[in-house]
Amino acid sequence: MSIELLLALPVMLPLGGAAVTLVLRHHARIQLAIAISALAAIVLVSIILGQQVIEHGVLVLQIGNWTPQLGIVLVADRLSALMLLVSSVVTLAVLVYSSAQTVSENVEQTPVAIYHPTYLALVAGVSMAFLAGDLFNLYVGFEVLLAASYVLLTLGGSASRVRAATTYVIVSLLSSVIFLAGVAAVYSAVGTVNLAEMAVRLDGLDAGTRMILELILLVAFAIKAAIFPLSAWLPDSYPTAPAPVTAVFAGLLTKVGIYAILRLETLLFPVSEISTVLLAAAGASLLIGIFGAVAQTDLKRVLSFTLVSHMGYMLFGIGMVTQAGMAATIYYVCHHIIVQSTLFLAAGLIEHRGGTTNLIKLGGLQKLAPVIAVLFFVPAMNLAGIPPFSGFIGKVGLIEAGIAYDRASGWILIAVSVITSLLTLYAIAKIWNRAFWQEPSQEIIERDVPLPHLMGGATAAMIGVSLLLTLLAGPLMTYADEAASAVLERTPYVGAVLGDEAAEHLQYRIDDQGHRIDENGQVVEP
Amino acid sequence: MSVSLTLLLTAGVRVACGVYLVLERTLSRIILGFVLLGNGVNLLFIIAAGKPGLPPFEGSGDPEAMTDPLPFAMVLTAIVISLGVTAFGMALSYRAWQLFGHDEVPDDVEDRRVLRRRRRRSPEEIERLPWTQALSEESRRGALAQSQGFISAEDEDPLGADLTSAEDVPQDATEADEGESASDSVIGRRLAARRAARAARRAPAAGPATDTHREHTDGGGEA
Repeated sequence: MSIELLLALPVMLPLGGAAVTLVLRHHARIQLAIAISALAAIVLVSIILGQQVIEHGVLVLQIGNWTPQLGIVLVADRLSALMLLVSSVVTLAVLVYSSAQTVSENVEQTPVAIYHPTYLALVAGVSMAFLAGDLFNLYVGFEVLLAASYVLLTLGGSASRVRAATTYVIVSLLSSVIFLAGVAAVYSAVGTVNLAEMAVRLDGLDAGTRMILELILLVAFAIKAAIFPLSAWLPDSYPTAPAPVTAVFAGLLTKVGIYAILRLETLLFPVSEISTVLLAAAGASLLIGIFGAVAQTDLKRVLSFTLVSHMGYMLFGIGMVTQAGMAATIYYVCHHIIVQSTLFLAAGLIEHRGGTTNLIKLGGLQKLAPVIAVLFFVPAMNLAGIPPFSGFIGKVGLIEAGIAYDRASGWILIAVSVITSLLTLYAIAKIWNRAFWQEPSQEIIERDVPLPHLMGGATAAMIGVSLLLTLLAGPLMTYADEAASAVLERTPYVGAVLGDEAAEHLQYRIDDQGHRIDENGQVVEP
Repeated sequence: MSVSLTLLLTAGVRVACGVYLVLERTLSRIILGFVLLGNGVNLLFIIAAGKPGLPPFEGSGDPEAMTDPLPFAMVLTAIVISLGVTAFGMALSYRAWQLFGHDEVPDDVEDRRVLRRRRRRSPEEIERLPWTQALSEESRRGALAQSQGFISAEDEDPLGADLTSAEDVPQDATEADEGESASDSVIGRRLAARRAARAARRAPAAGPATDTHREHTDGGGEA
């Protein structure tokens, strides 16, 4: 048995778990036990995968021993191994949290029986998207996670959720259709959907065709990643779902989009003409998202808008395409997955205690529920980028990369990111003032519900993981740096999938400074 | 690569019809639009497969003369996926019809908020003032008083202000929601009471909570 077979487990385990939990829908406890053990197993598998990737380089599993051109390939390089580890830790913590909350407080109205199978299907889709070695498999991964997310968003089928889900379903369907059209266009242009082979063949296409293909795929991914101007759906659809569901959506689904954009901009279309467009979109997302957040009066809507805003940071790093920028982006993605999920979990705790997420009605929680105050304060400061938390490290990394980039667009974005960071602090301070300091209403004082240990514990564990990102910032940055250089080099990925000979046919690679280098070592101006 | 014009035109017409339907306001038509769009895109795959040739069976003939089977495998997968998603979309549209009596897609929350804020002002006032000062003096004073805690914000526009999942307050309350299970809960009951009080106070003018339907139909909102 070779170690590559492990690659199938992050997809197979949750899918199998989903099937078993669906059969056992009348036994909630057994369902929960199966779901938790499946996710714990994935955490273990991704740790082993990460270790193997560090030791042996890129791992490739050719399912059914088909050749990579014909069959399904699962690929794990440093980047996807890291994404897999972070996502599995987050999904596990959120599941533990939701086990105490039983999805939402009105248990009798919510068909919890389908919660666990759907949740596991979502995890399978996310893992598949991270591991997919061909474009069509990536599409299938997206569809699996989207279909699961439709169900999770409409759990219980209440009025507000049906309204919210309508927008979400339509926008997601649209992005899926665009993605599918992109796959068809790519296939007719290069005759393959394998990412590695596409990388080799796309290099030989003329610039116009390349750009059309790139733009189609970019639009599809940018809708999923909620990049401005394709982000308006997010704040309307996420906040109505149960807190744990929103936590997973906010943490993971948008990051799957960012991961796909990262692969698109490095492996498939290295340093393309549109990197300026990416930088402009990053700046617009940062500013417009955070202005939206400042204007909101609902806690979950504020957090959703900060999510849109902070997607801009990751796009900033991708748009520069320098090694420092990529490394900072990879670190920032890890940080943001964890901190955004933690914040939504904390918002769930606030809702549990205060009975509402309306900032006008909340108040006095600092005295009434000091534990929740701490559990909210730490990730909130982390999001705003206060040292010594990981948000600060990620932002410093991005700004340093921007300084090294040394172009006008880079300087503008540095200014924008600093302003956004400040405004994030303002939005967070507004939440803090309203929810924790304001005089509590009689209603909140009377509503003295104890905090379930599992909910608090899961949130605290997530905070612990986010603090680990600070403690291990050195090794993690080194890892991200190596992941970034491998991604920019392109040959390790292609070589592992197709063999070193094919990798030599790659025409371009990206150097540390973000220039496209052709096979003779000459810089090609886009 | 030469391309069959018939297939290309069929795909194009389907996509065009699909886009037209997607721009409609009711969810069921949008879903139908997506079915058409998806079929158009699936045809693109068949175009990508190239010219029709021999059936692709191992050893049955010259591989060069065979049809490329891979795009068809992908189309099949895409068809299965769109089947499932269409079923979900129709169920969602049915549920919306059960709850609200229609399956219209709601406007963006922020858009509706801006629209309502505009409606609170008289039209002459808006015309007279430059856009920067188009806030009425009353609303400005109200905002100041509220920010200093003189008047409670209890009566604020509920739109998008409370998305508490436990109590399930609708993002945009309509009459159809009135008899809903959410109003059995504490907050639901309070909201309903407040809504009734506000409606009584503002009579005969329709309160913002009740005229959503008109927003959907008049589009421009030039009330």
